[in-house]
Parts: sequence; C-alpha cells; structure tokens
Amino acid sequence: MTFLSYLISGISLGSVYAIIALGYTMVYGIAKMLNFAHGDIIMVGGYISFCTTSYLGLSPFISVIFAIIVCTALGVLTEKLAYKPLRSAPSLAVLITAIGVSYFLQNAALLIWGSSPKTFTSVVGSWSVKLFGEQLTISGTALVTVLACFVIMAALTLFTSKTKMGTAMRAVSEDKGAAQLMGINVNTTISVTFAIGSGLAAIAGVLLCSAYPTLMPTTGSMPGIKAFTAAVFGGIGSIPGAMLGGILLGIIEIFAKAYISTQLSDAVVFAVLIVVLIVKPDGLLGKHVNEKV
Amino acid sequence: MALLTVENLNVYYGVIHALKDVSFQVEQGEIVALIGANGAGKTTTLHTISGLLPAKSGSVQFDNHQIAHTPGYQIVRLGMSHVPEGRRMFSNLTVYENLMMGAYSRKDKKEIADTLEMVYERFPRLKERVRQLAGTLSGGEQQMLAMGRALMAKPKLMLMDEPSMGLSPIFVSEIFDIIQEINKQGVTILLVEQNARKALSIANRAYVLETGRIVGSGQASDLLNDPAIKKAYLGE
Repeated sequence: MTFLSYLISGISLGSVYAIIALGYTMVYGIAKMLNFAHGDIIMVGGYISFCTTSYLGLSPFISVIFAIIVCTALGVLTEKLAYKPLRSAPSLAVLITAIGVSYFLQNAALLIWGSSPKTFTSVVGSWSVKLFGEQLTISGTALVTVLACFVIMAALTLFTSKTKMGTAMRAVSEDKGAAQLMGINVNTTISVTFAIGSGLAAIAGVLLCSAYPTLMPTTGSMPGIKAFTAAVFGGIGSIPGAMLGGILLGIIEIFAKAYISTQLSDAVVFAVLIVVLIVKPDGLLGKHVNEKV
Repeated sequence: MALLTVENLNVYYGVIHALKDVSFQVEQGEIVALIGANGAGKTTTLHTISGLLPAKSGSVQFDNHQIAHTPGYQIVRLGMSHVPEGRRMFSNLTVYENLMMGAYSRKDKKEIADTLEMVYERFPRLKERVRQLAGTLSGGEQQMLAMGRALMAKPKLMLMDEPSMGLSPIFVSEIFDIIQEINKQGVTILLVEQNARKALSIANRAYVLETGRIVGSGQASDLLNDPAIKKAYLGE
C-alpha cells in the first residue's frame, strides 16, 4: 500500500513536471530556443495566486485565472523584449539571454516579495479520498493535478492537430521560410506559443505550490530544470514525449526519495536521464531528424 | 501596366552584392523564364520578390502594390505564391494539411473547397494520398504537392524555382506540361530553371542573369536560336 501511495505522489509530481515540460517543448519546437526563464514564470504564477488570495481575499479559482493572465502577458512580453530582437542571432546568444531573463525575474521577485518564504494554501483545499478501508489516502491536490495534466495534454493535442493555428504552428516548427510563403505570420505564431507555454506555467506553479507549499523567489528554478530534463527525456519538441517524460521523472524522483535516499534523489533522476540519452539520444518519443543536404 | 515590375533591385548578403540593379517585367498571362548559371542570382531574385529576403534598394511593383518592403506573409494575400527551390514541403504534415496551409491567407471556406477540388482534379495522385505524410511522397509527387499548395492561394502570379530539380526525365516533362496548363488557366508564371532549354521551350520571354546582373533578354524562341545563349546555357 505504501508502494501505491508513492506511485500516486510520483504521478502527481510528474504531472506538474509534464505541464511545465509542455511549455518548454512547444517553445523549443516552434522558436528553436530553450527558454530557461520558463521555470521562473512558474514562481510568478505562484506569487500572483498567493497575493490575490491572501491580500485581496479572492477565491482560489479566481486567483488561478489571475495567475494565468499575468503569466501569459509576462511570457509574451519577455518574448517581445528579450528574444524577438535576437531572432537571427546565434543560438548561444539567445540561451544566455534566457538565463539573464531568469535571473531578472528571480531578483524582481526578491525585490517585490522579499526573501522570506510564503506559506501557500492549496487552491484545491485540504480534502482527500480514502481507499481500501482508509489504508490509502489520495490528496485532492494530487487528484486535481493529475486530472489537469491529462486535460491539458488532450486539449493541446487537439489544438495542434485540428485547428488552423495549431497546424500553422507545426508548419512553422518545420520550416519558417516556407511557412511565411504560405502567408503565416511567424512572429504571431511564436507569440501564441509563448502565451500558451506561460499560461501553462502559471497552472503548474499553482499546482506545485499547492502540493509543496513553500513559496520563494527560487521556487521555480529547480522544477524548471527538472521539467526541461523531462522534455529532453521524452524527446524535445514532442507533446506526448513531454507528458511521458514528466510523469516518469516524477515517479523516478519519488521512488528514489523513498527507497534510496532523499539527498540522492536528484542525482538518481539525472543519472537515469544520462542513461536514456546514451541509449536513445533523441529521447523516448523523439524523432530522429536527418539533416537535409 | 505589367503585373510585376522589378526596378533597380539591389540585394546584399552581408557584404556580397548579390543582385545589381536588376530590372525586368512580367506581363499578365505570360510565362517568363529567368535563366543563368549557378549562383547568378535567380533564386535570390525570387526570394526578394516574395519577401524572404530584404531588398537594399529598388522597387517591386505587383498588381499596383509596392511590395519591396512589405512583410513576406502579407504578399501572398495580394495574389502571389512561390513554389520554392527544393519544394520545402512540411514533411510531418499530411498532404491535405499541406494544401490547407497553402490556403492559409484565405477566409472563405466554400471557395477554398472549390480550389481544393480543382487541385485534386489537376493532381489526382495527391487526392489518392491526402492522409499520407508529405515526407513519404516521391520527389515528383512532392513537386506536385508544392505546386498544388501554391495554387491553393489562388494566385495571379506564381514564382517557380527549379521545378525540375532532382526529378526523372518523365516527371520533368509532366511538370512542364502542368506549368503550361496552369498558365493557360490564367496564372502568370515567373520561372527559374537550370534546364534552360526546357524553360525556353515553354516560356514567352526570358531574361538572362549573370553574376547578379541582367545581361540579356528577349523572346524565348529567339534566345533558343541565339548562338551565344546556345553556347553558354544550352550546351551546344
């Protein structure tokens, strides 16, 4: 029974990673850049939700909506100000800029909210479901997190495969020049991708803080890196890959914490990543792309 | 007024002066060929017209619009589509999705469906393969898809870059026949082709590009018999 409860915690944590990884992987797929500031958008989402409930007394649900709106705007704004001017710059310059944006957001948060941790109240509430004659307890937060993850995944898959904008995004991810010849505004497509990714980061932030209630300016950075790992693990650029990678990573992390060592859990996670990449360099669901001559 | 008028166009790649005062015209209903050696600037010319490359100076007039500095994605809407060199299909999209991307800038669903029927009629092979990923098509089929995709924009002018590249001789003849048929239905064509003989055989007029400059022009039939052209581009 403890095994099952670890598994559920793993899937729940993994779902948060998966939601973050979806943002990473979509931005990478379309803009071909690693947005290392993505993790810090999560933290901003957490703070916005915290402030709107604690200081303004709004309901948790409204606070999530607020967090999504603010993070979406923030994501689009950082893309416009920091990344768009570098569209034809070498990818290393973009990467360094993204790291700069990440530090900027962390320090801005430090300035606004201070360094002392805030205690986040779960937006889901403290209810839980008891199974097998009260032997297994699943928290409401865990249930909602997993549910949210699957709904988001299904919605994104539908969006990219069935809508005109989604198809245009896939076209842009393959060939920006040819997409432009079709009349697709590549800059708009990239903005929409950042908007979606950042909105998802806000949801991930609220869910993460609901499960692990300590909120600090650096709250987003480690989950951000883990989610990036998850995206690579599943095959960067692939939506189901990000999902699979995220959930597996969460399960591995929780099992490593439970059965090996709490201190070593992150090392185990990254060791698994290294092994996977040695065996399958494109990730679990990644497609091998042949360079065309 | 010609459908397309290019005047004193200058384009640079960094410090390299790729197009030098290029001027030419394409009249409504014509097939005009741009011929020249590798690196003469043929593809650069097409890329600049359709907005993939910025022009340093000069003007491009298309259907009474000045488009030299118009963002590329807006040019399609004016009625110009571009079949790029190497076809550049979206290989992870299905044939159907590729065709619908061609109609991206159009709104009227009914009209788009009509154009789609027309494209299927012209390229029955595409209709058989609508659900297939574009990357799984043969070279000739991909060229047909590239042309079909460009037709989906309902263009007045089609720019075609090396449509015969990498195709078997049978396919090359088929593609050139199709270009002529598309032209007969009222689409003006600006054709860039390495295979100068083929290009001149279907074109009304042609311009000769050499290291970024227009060095000659005339009726295609005259150029076919011009001794200098024969020697330089027709391998005689």
